[in-house]
Amino acid sequence: MIEGVSLFEIMSLTTILFFIGIYGFLTRTNLIAMLMSLELMVNAEAINFVAINKYLSPAVLQGQVFSLFIIALAAAETALALAIILHLYRLTTTIDVKEVEELKY
Amino acid sequence: MNLDSLMLMRDEWFLTAVIMLLLIAEVLLSAKNKKYIIQLALILFGAYTISAFLPNDTGALFGSSYKTYPLVHYFKAILAFGVFIILLQSVNWLKEKLLPYDFTAEFFILIFSSLLGLNFMMSAGDFLMFYIGLELSTMPIIALTAFEFWNHRSVEAGVKYILLASISSAILLFGVSLVYATAGSINFDVIKNALQLPLLEIIGLIMIFIGIGFKISLVPFHFWAADVYEGAPTVISNYLSVISKGGAVYVLMTLLFVTFTAFQKEWNWIMYGTAILTMVVGNLFALRQQNMKRFLAFSSIAQAGFILLAMLSNNELGVKAIIYFLLIYIFSNVAAFGVVHVISLKTGKENIDDYNGLYRTNPKLSLVLMIALFSLAGIPPVAGFFAKFFLYAAAASKGYYVLIFIAVLNVTVSLYYYLLPVRAAFLRVSDHPIPFFKSDNYSRLAFIITMIGLLVLGLYSGVFEFISGISNIF
Repeated sequence: MIEGVSLFEIMSLTTILFFIGIYGFLTRTNLIAMLMSLELMVNAEAINFVAINKYLSPAVLQGQVFSLFIIALAAAETALALAIILHLYRLTTTIDVKEVEELKY
Repeated sequence: MNLDSLMLMRDEWFLTAVIMLLLIAEVLLSAKNKKYIIQLALILFGAYTISAFLPNDTGALFGSSYKTYPLVHYFKAILAFGVFIILLQSVNWLKEKLLPYDFTAEFFILIFSSLLGLNFMMSAGDFLMFYIGLELSTMPIIALTAFEFWNHRSVEAGVKYILLASISSAILLFGVSLVYATAGSINFDVIKNALQLPLLEIIGLIMIFIGIGFKISLVPFHFWAADVYEGAPTVISNYLSVISKGGAVYVLMTLLFVTFTAFQKEWNWIMYGTAILTMVVGNLFALRQQNMKRFLAFSSIAQAGFILLAMLSNNELGVKAIIYFLLIYIFSNVAAFGVVHVISLKTGKENIDDYNGLYRTNPKLSLVLMIALFSLAGIPPVAGFFAKFFLYAAAASKGYYVLIFIAVLNVTVSLYYYLLPVRAAFLRVSDHPIPFFKSDNYSRLAFIITMIGLLVLGLYSGVFEFISGISNIF
């Protein structure tokens, strides 16, 4: 718990972070930039869980444990995504979503 | 913790043991003996499938974050059986494409890990286990989607899938955090009793629904499905459309029926709208597809819309209808994808027009295709008819007659496009039909199992009675 900072302010921050992430994901065309936006969203949730745990139900540490798992799984997800993107780069020599597209209607 | 309580998690332990044994075998086998890993994996997984059908106790583990009861136990067994048929179909692909690169063991390990994730997800008792299971079931399958690494389409499908899967799981996680904030716990039982219906909780539920709806490929979140199914190896499209969708439907069912049952008035409208959208969009897009894999992708989207009919009921009949539908859907879709897989592997042809005159050259294969598509369309002698009938009955039990009328209209539309490949195979003639070929014994065994399943399930009512006996999950 931080003195003088309410849960409302923290959750406003995380919600703003989350929607910045969604905005970035939808507008960027570079695959790496899209991954960065994803990280932003996931980190917003990790903060959310820790803050909610600390402010609302400090007796049980469910939220903090959850955030640890979120960090680990986000890392695994990013590693897999980077591996596939790297491979796509080797095949097409670009990581711009508009140029790699072959499957469409 | 003693042995008895450990045996509650028997399915997961055995599957983990299979994965570990395969990892060890991959290290120990010398290069020229690597081909035996296919047989080893089939035998080990077959043993696991048989053990999964043996009865298990009811109970909870780890502070009720893991729960097991007969319905989830037997549904795991059904999924394991479906995976086993898919493995039988994949043997020829593995031998031809992956054995030269020495990637067969990885294929089995990844697909079993994904099934393990689904098992954990389905018997989750809190959101942590649910989230870990969801990620464990998605990530190996993404790696497998991009597994034909020499093929640009496969890798592109992998990129599309991982980006959209990550954003959907991020949205789901934000929803979970909102529910955690209002209910004060991530445990399903505690949440169930702590719901007070503030707006925040409904937003959370909608976000969780988006995350699961992505996996089931419901309509506003279906854009990945056609591209990924087309680009991925056919075996993996098969897995995605049947097994991973089935597991996600089960989880959505338990979440809505048991945990968020107090919100029924709110989520009913979401389900109502999504069901109509999913059926209509899935059917209309399926009409104009030429590629068989894209065609089956949109057909499986439309089938997901029919499943939502029974979701509206929120009673025991709905549970029965959903489980029975998924069981039959596994058989029919696995058979249909199997035919596409065999033909595309032998000749590289995937379009509906390429199937012209198939009956003259490969009569048995076209019969399998016909029965599978009839079952998907719901034509009476085959099992699919009864599956759809119970879905309508479940929706009718709560009086959603307008929705059933829309669904019946959609079935009429779907009859047209399900008959297109059948017409191509039986009535059309072609100057260059697909030449005659003999399928290998494994895929033949897979086709025989699916055909027996479809005909027996349609005529013999014992299976439905068995499902009715265990479907009280409330």
